[in-house]
Amino acid sequence: MTEISRRKLITTGLAAAAGVTGLGVAARMAQKHGLIPPDHGGIYGLGETLNYASHRLLTRHSLAREFAREQISKIPVANEIRPASEEFTRLQAGGFAEWRLSVNGMVARPALFSLAELKSYPSRSQITQLACEEGWSYIAEWIGVPLSNVLEVVGIEPQARYVVYSSIDSEWWDSIDMADARHPQTVLAYGMNGGELSVGNGGPLRMRVPRQLGYKSVKFITSLTVTDSLKAFGKGLGSASPEAGYAWYAGI
Amino acid sequence: MGDSACVPSSASTFPAVTVTSRHSALVRVTHWITALCFLALLVSGVEIVISHPRFYWGETGNIHTPTLFKLPIPASRNLVPTGYGYVLPDQNGWSRYLHFQSAWVVVLTGLLYAIYGLFTGHFRNNLLPVQADLSWRAIVKHLRFERPSESDAWSYNTLQRLTYLFVVFVLFPLVIWTGLAMSPAFVSAVPVAVTLLGGQQSARTIHFFVSLALLLFLLIHVVMVFRAGFRSRMRAMIFGTPMERI
Repeated sequence: MTEISRRKLITTGLAAAAGVTGLGVAARMAQKHGLIPPDHGGIYGLGETLNYASHRLLTRHSLAREFAREQISKIPVANEIRPASEEFTRLQAGGFAEWRLSVNGMVARPALFSLAELKSYPSRSQITQLACEEGWSYIAEWIGVPLSNVLEVVGIEPQARYVVYSSIDSEWWDSIDMADARHPQTVLAYGMNGGELSVGNGGPLRMRVPRQLGYKSVKFITSLTVTDSLKAFGKGLGSASPEAGYAWYAGI
Repeated sequence: MGDSACVPSSASTFPAVTVTSRHSALVRVTHWITALCFLALLVSGVEIVISHPRFYWGETGNIHTPTLFKLPIPASRNLVPTGYGYVLPDQNGWSRYLHFQSAWVVVLTGLLYAIYGLFTGHFRNNLLPVQADLSWRAIVKHLRFERPSESDAWSYNTLQRLTYLFVVFVLFPLVIWTGLAMSPAFVSAVPVAVTLLGGQQSARTIHFFVSLALLLFLLIHVVMVFRAGFRSRMRAMIFGTPMERI
């Protein structure tokens, strides 16, 4: 072995060792600052982690684009008619007067809210785009109570890291981190374009997370669970989406 | 080691032993990583388009709005009226994961290549056209796809140089930009990324056409490799030299 190739070998070895150590340090830092998504395992974990971590660093407080009233789409796309369950039929027949939102988990005062109670809190109206991962999109005015207001009412514990939300159709559930949960544009929407939120668009209550793609905006919301870990929910991947092959973080 | 790709034409008169390499190790490694990522992006991109093979211009577009154009293919979602009586299986989950993962790898690889290219003079020496060759006559000659001579294996011709520069500095940046412009979170932080393009659906449409341009480049690139001599060109891009060392 010549002098040069030995030197090359040593520098390459040192560089590799530094690289591996660097990655280890980076991973620990990322974990500490909440930059690791729940579906970070598996062959696509690298890309998913880079998406989530970079977006968290870049967009923690940024606001989703809002539009002028004349940009509202004529027909807001409704790609689902209604949940098939008998319970939903019963609630719909009663004008959703008996619809309840349960808020539980790491909260000081677990509560059940009726729609009337949610509507009694200060509301927010915003004209934002809903973009589907398939490629289509529409703009609508969404009216609802900011999720942060509801979280304030129940008093979340300081170690809370995620809010898990679930549809009356229990197949559909998802979660967001506290950056999105406390974000001013994340609302529990009950109105659209000046009127009630139709069942086709997720009424009577839909989570709206305008900085993420449409599938994070779960329809027919009946429960919120505040938690510090997503491990106990479903397969521990953070939502029903990764269980169906879709990314947990849908900001892209 | 520096950039040794630009070997004087007299090289061929010397024994091949003195020849170092046609393509530096960094160019070879980044080339193949990019090629692999591009294939992954292409396959996953096609799968994603199949879920909504309609294109629009402006901010929004959906099944209730007029299209700019439609692809005459069936869709993987029953919501889309395609005229076909069946719906293809939904492949968007893994396609989206793979698309973004490959995008990260190719963007980071591209950054490494760009930094290398700027600092070693790779762009200046190997890709910037030589003044004397910048004539229509020279370009038309290349456009006839004539089989290159032996000495051409050591340097790029003018049309090649212009094409590579266009791919590296126009098509790649544009496809990255239009991709980012479709991300609702990214544009919440950088709204001009999408407003400059005329809206999110415009970004999607431009993304589609730039991808087509990149695909066209890939096809011509591969055809030219075959015409120029598959073995020598592949050898150069894998091992560094177009001919076997003696």
